[in-house]
Amino acid sequence: MPDLTDATTATGTAVPDAATAATVPAGQREKTRSLAGDAWRDLSRKPMFYISGLLILFLIVIAIWPSVIASGNPLACDLAKSQMGPTGGHPFGFDTQGCDVYTRTVYGARDSVAVGILTTLGATLLGSLLGGLAGFFGGFWDSLISMVSNIFFGIPILLGGVVFLSVVKGGSVGTVTLFMVLLGWPQIARIARGAVITAKQQDYVQAARALGAGNTRMLLRHILPNALAPIIVVATIALGTYISLEATLSFLGVGLKPPAVSWGIDISQASNQIRNAPHMLLWPAGALSVTVLAFIMLGDAVRDALDPKLR
Amino acid sequence: MRGAKSAMWVAGAAVVALAATACGSGSDSAGGSNDGIVRAWWGDPQNPLEPANTNEVQGGKVLDMIFMNLKEYDPKTGKANLEAADSITTTDQQNFTIKLKPNLKFSDGTPVTASSFVDAWNYGALVTNKQLNAYFFADIDGYDAVHPAKEGAAPTAKTMSGLKVVDDHTFTVKLTQKFSTWPDRLGYKAFAPLPKSFFTDHAGYLDKPVGDGPYKVVSYSKGTSMKLVPNPYYTGPSKPKNKGVLLKVYTDSNTAYADLQAGNLDVLDDIPAEQLSHAKSDLGGRYLNQPAGIIQTISFPLNQKAWNAPGMDKVRLGLSMAIDRNTITQKIFQSTRTPANDLTSPVLGASGGYSSDIAGDATTFNPAKAKQLIQEGGGIPGGHMTIGYNADSGSHKQWVDAVCNSINNVLGNDKACVGAPTGTFADFRNQITKGQMTQPFRSGWQMDYPLIDDFLTPLYASDGSSNDSHYSNPQFDALIKQANAEPDTAKATTLYQQAEKLLFKDMPVIPLWYQNGEAGWSSRVSNVTENAFSYPVYTDITVNNG
Amino acid sequence: MGRYVIRRLLQMVPVFIGTTFLIFVMVYALGDPVAAMFGDRAPDPATAAQIRHDLYLDHPLPVQYLHYMGQIFTGNFGKAATGQPVTELMGQAFPVTLRLTLVAFAIEAVVGIGLGLLAGLRRGRFADSSVLAFTLLVVAIPTFVTGYLLQYFVGLKWGLANPAVGDGAPLGDLILPGIVLAGVSLAYVARLTRTSVAENSRADYLRTAVAKGLPRRRVVTVHLLRNSLIPVVTFLGTDIGGLMAGAVVTERIFNIHGVGYQLYQGILRQNPPTVVGFVTILVLIFLAANLLVDLLYAVLDPRIRYA
Repeated sequence: MPDLTDATTATGTAVPDAATAATVPAGQREKTRSLAGDAWRDLSRKPMFYISGLLILFLIVIAIWPSVIASGNPLACDLAKSQMGPTGGHPFGFDTQGCDVYTRTVYGARDSVAVGILTTLGATLLGSLLGGLAGFFGGFWDSLISMVSNIFFGIPILLGGVVFLSVVKGGSVGTVTLFMVLLGWPQIARIARGAVITAKQQDYVQAARALGAGNTRMLLRHILPNALAPIIVVATIALGTYISLEATLSFLGVGLKPPAVSWGIDISQASNQIRNAPHMLLWPAGALSVTVLAFIMLGDAVRDALDPKLR
Repeated sequence: MRGAKSAMWVAGAAVVALAATACGSGSDSAGGSNDGIVRAWWGDPQNPLEPANTNEVQGGKVLDMIFMNLKEYDPKTGKANLEAADSITTTDQQNFTIKLKPNLKFSDGTPVTASSFVDAWNYGALVTNKQLNAYFFADIDGYDAVHPAKEGAAPTAKTMSGLKVVDDHTFTVKLTQKFSTWPDRLGYKAFAPLPKSFFTDHAGYLDKPVGDGPYKVVSYSKGTSMKLVPNPYYTGPSKPKNKGVLLKVYTDSNTAYADLQAGNLDVLDDIPAEQLSHAKSDLGGRYLNQPAGIIQTISFPLNQKAWNAPGMDKVRLGLSMAIDRNTITQKIFQSTRTPANDLTSPVLGASGGYSSDIAGDATTFNPAKAKQLIQEGGGIPGGHMTIGYNADSGSHKQWVDAVCNSINNVLGNDKACVGAPTGTFADFRNQITKGQMTQPFRSGWQMDYPLIDDFLTPLYASDGSSNDSHYSNPQFDALIKQANAEPDTAKATTLYQQAEKLLFKDMPVIPLWYQNGEAGWSSRVSNVTENAFSYPVYTDITVNNG
Repeated sequence: MGRYVIRRLLQMVPVFIGTTFLIFVMVYALGDPVAAMFGDRAPDPATAAQIRHDLYLDHPLPVQYLHYMGQIFTGNFGKAATGQPVTELMGQAFPVTLRLTLVAFAIEAVVGIGLGLLAGLRRGRFADSSVLAFTLLVVAIPTFVTGYLLQYFVGLKWGLANPAVGDGAPLGDLILPGIVLAGVSLAYVARLTRTSVAENSRADYLRTAVAKGLPRRRVVTVHLLRNSLIPVVTFLGTDIGGLMAGAVVTERIFNIHGVGYQLYQGILRQNPPTVVGFVTILVLIFLAANLLVDLLYAVLDPRIRYA
C-alpha cells in the first residue's frame, strides 16, 4: 500500500461531488477568482478551443438532424451500383451494397458519436470515481477496487462482447455503451488512482491537510484539479478508441445491429475492400478522425485551462 | 498418474517454448526451393483426425490424401469407382459381399484386410467412441445395439451384427432395409479402413495418422503444419506426381493470399471474396473457379406457427422470387457462386439428378409477382423479418444484407428485412438445433458423396439428420423410401426428383446459389485442379523445375 | 517492502478465483459447445450425451468449476476442441506472443516516450502539432485497417518484409505486426508523456536544477523525465496484459499462432478449458505487471515509500 500518512479515517461522502466536479467545475463559487472563472478566461483566449468547439457543435447538430445536410435515405441501396465511384449527386460514391456513402457517413454520426461520448462519460465518471477513491483512501478500498478492476481487465474484449451482448440481446446504442463502459472504466481508474496518489504527495496538499482541511475540501480544491490532467488526456484519446472499438465489435458481429447506421459498421465493411474501393473507407474513417481530433483538441484546451501550474 | 503426466506436459511445453525461442529464424526453409514439395494452405482441423470423427473440409482434406476407400470418387466426373475393393456384389439390394484387392498395405507396412474395414466401422458406430459421423453406419444391421438412439442408454453390443468377416479379403454387409445406391456411399471417408496401431496406440496414431492412401504423414505439428510424402506401399491409381505436400495452417485466408503473392505458399483453395476481383490479374491466370457440391439456402423455421400458417407457402415462394440472385452473385461474389435453379448441385450432372428447370419460376427474380404473392399470402409475419447468420466466419453479412436489400426494394419498405448476426457459429447452431429460431436463417450444405439422395434425405425427410427447417411431408418421405429401394439407378433418380419437386411447392427453404471451388497457385507449381468436393487434387500437382 | 509484496501476492488469490469463475460462467453462458461440433448437421443425441459426459458438461456449473480448478492445481488444464492438451497449446502460443509483446512494447515505449518528450518540450510549436496529428491518425484508424494496409504495402508492394509471419515466428517477421500492435498504445504513451513533461517542465525543482547550471541533457533525463514517467509507467504496466490478450486482430492478420489466436479459436468453439486456461495465465501476468508498476513508483518517485 502506498504510505499515505493519515488518510485512513476518511469517509466516502465527498466522492460523488468529486466526480461531477470533473465535468462541471462551475460548482464552486469563491469570493476570489474561482477555478472555473480562471479556466474560462484562459479558454476564451484560445483559438483551438473555438475551432474544436465549433466542430463538435456541428457534429452534434448533424447527429440530431442529419437530414439538414443529407437528403437521401441511408438504407436505400441499389446493388447494381456496388462500389461505384463518385457521380453527380453522390459525391462520395457507393459502398458494396450500393448505398450512398455520403448519406451513410452523415447518418452514421448519430450512433457513432452517441456511443463514443456516452461511453467516455460513463467510463470516465465511473473510473475516476473508483480510481480516485482507491488512490485517496488507500487501504481496504484500494485493494477492493484494484481487485475488481483487475478482474475486469482479465476478461478478453471478444469473450465479454460475445457473452454480454448475446445474453442481454444487445445491439442498441444503450447496450453497446453499457458494455464498453464496463470494459473501459478500469483503465481510467488506474490512471486516476496514480494521479491522485501523486497529487496527494504534493507539498501544498500536505500543507492543506496540516491546516485542517477536510476530506471533501481536500479532494475538490486540491487533489481533483491536479489529478484531472492525465484523466482528461486519457479520456479524450479513449473517446477515439471507443468509436473504433464499436467498429471492431460490429466487425465481430456483436456491435450495433442493422438497420443501425454507424461509422463503425461502415469502416468494418470497408476495411477489407481497400484495394477495390478505397473511397468506402476514406469517408467514414475521415469523419471518425475529425471527430476524434476535435475532442482531443478540446480536451487539451480544457486541461491546460484547468491546470493552475500552466498559467 | 494424472499429476505426473501433466507435469510432463508442462515440462514438454517448456522445452518446446525454449526450442521455439532458440531457433527463431530460418526454420521456414521447408519447401522453399527445389525439393519438389508443394506448400499448400490448410485450416486447422476441428476434431482429432479419425475417419469417423471428421465432418469438416480441413480434416477431410488430409483423410482424402492418406486413405484409399473401397470406392473413390473420380475427381472429374464424381463417379464412384472401385479402388480398394475388387468387387461389391448383391442380389437383393440388402446383402452385399465385398472383396478386397490383394496385397494392399498401410503406410506403416501392415496389410489391409477385411477386418481393417470391419473393425474401423464398428469403432465408428460404437456410441462410447463418440464419433461424430456414427450415423453413417446407421443403415447397417445391428447399429441400434451399438448405438442406442436414446440419450444415455448403454450399448448392448460392441460390434454390429450386419458385418461379417469371411476371409482375409472378403466381408459381408447386411443392411436394415433395401438400399440400392449404398455402395456408392463407401467413398465417404468415414468408411476408411484402420490399421492395428489405431486400436493399440490411439494417442500415437492421432499424433501421426496412418492410412492406405497415396500419401503418408511424416510429421504433424498440431495447429501449425503437416508434412506428407508419397506412401511407398500405395498401389492405387492416384500415385502422387510430386515429392510431397506441406500443409500450412494460416490464421486468416487474407494473410495466406498475401503469402501466395509473396511466393511463400504454392496452393490456396480459400480465396477471400474481397480479393476475387483482382485475383486473376494478381496471379496471372493461375486461378480456377469451378462448380462444387455446395449449395447455400435460407431456411424457414416451420416449427413456428407464424411461418407455417396457411398461405405462408405463398409468402415463402414470393420471398424466393424477390431475391435478385444474378446481381448478388456478380457483385458480392464476383461470380464465384452460380444462381441456384434446384436444390442439388450441378456436379451431379443431369444423369445424377441435377436439373435446371425443376424449380419452374420459383428461383427467378420477378419483383411484380413476388410482391403479389407475398401480399396474397398475408404478408411477412409481423410486418418485418430477419435473416439469421453467424458473424464469425465466411463473410455472411455481405450477402445477407444484399438479400435483405433485394427483398426491401421489391416490397418498397427499407426495414422489411434486416440481417441478424449471432456472434459464434456454436451459438448459432445451438439455436437452430434446439428449434429456437423464430425467423429465417442462413443454411448451407456440402455434399458427403455425389448422390442426389445426400442433398434431400438428411435435409428434408421428417427424421432427417439435418432437417433444420423442421419440414415434414409424408408424401416426400414415401417417395424417398421408394427411391432408396429402387435397384435401377435411373428410376431411383427420377423418384428422388419427384420428391424434390414437392419442395418447390412447399418452399421450406429458399435455394440461393451453388458455391464454386476456387484455387490460386504460385508459378512454382502446375496442374492444379479441384474435385467435386472442392479439395485440390494434390496428387496431380507438379512442381516446376523440381 | 517485503511485507508489502507478500500482502499484494495474497491479494492476487481472490482476483484469481474471481476471474476464473467469471470466465467460466461466461463461457458456460455461451451455451452448449456440442451442437457446433456436428457442423451443419443436427447432433445425434446419444453421441452428444456421451461427449457432454466426457467433457463433464452434465454436472451443475459450480461442480464443473470445482472439478476444473481441481484439475488445474494438478497442472492439468484439460483439452482443446481438437483433442490437444491445453498446456501444449500454451507452450506453443505464449513464447510467440511474448516475443510479439516485447517487440510491440519496445516500440511503444521508445517511440512513444520519445515523441511525447519532443512534443512536451516544444509545446505549441510545429513538432508538437505534428506529433498530435500523427497520434490522432493512429488512434482513429482501427487496427485491422492499419494491419491490412501495412501488410499490403510494406509486405507485398515494396517487399520490405514478409507479409505473413513464418514458422517459429522469427523476430524479424514480428517487427511489422509489432508496429501495428503498438500503434494505439503508442498514441497514449506519447500523449501522456507530453502532458506530464509539459507540466513538470514548469516545476520548481526543475527551475532549481536549471538555475544550478546543470547541463540541459542532465536536467531533461534525470529530473524531468524521471518525474514525468509515473503516469506513463502506470499505463505501460497495465498495457502489457492488454498487449498480450489484445493481439487477436494483429495475430490473425499476420498469421501468428499466439495467445490471441488460440483464445479466439477457443471462444469460437466454446471450449472452456482453452479459454479459461489462457485467461488464467493472462490474469497472472497482468497481476504481476501491476505489482511491478507499483514497485516502480517507489523507484521513480522517492516520495513514495511502501511499508
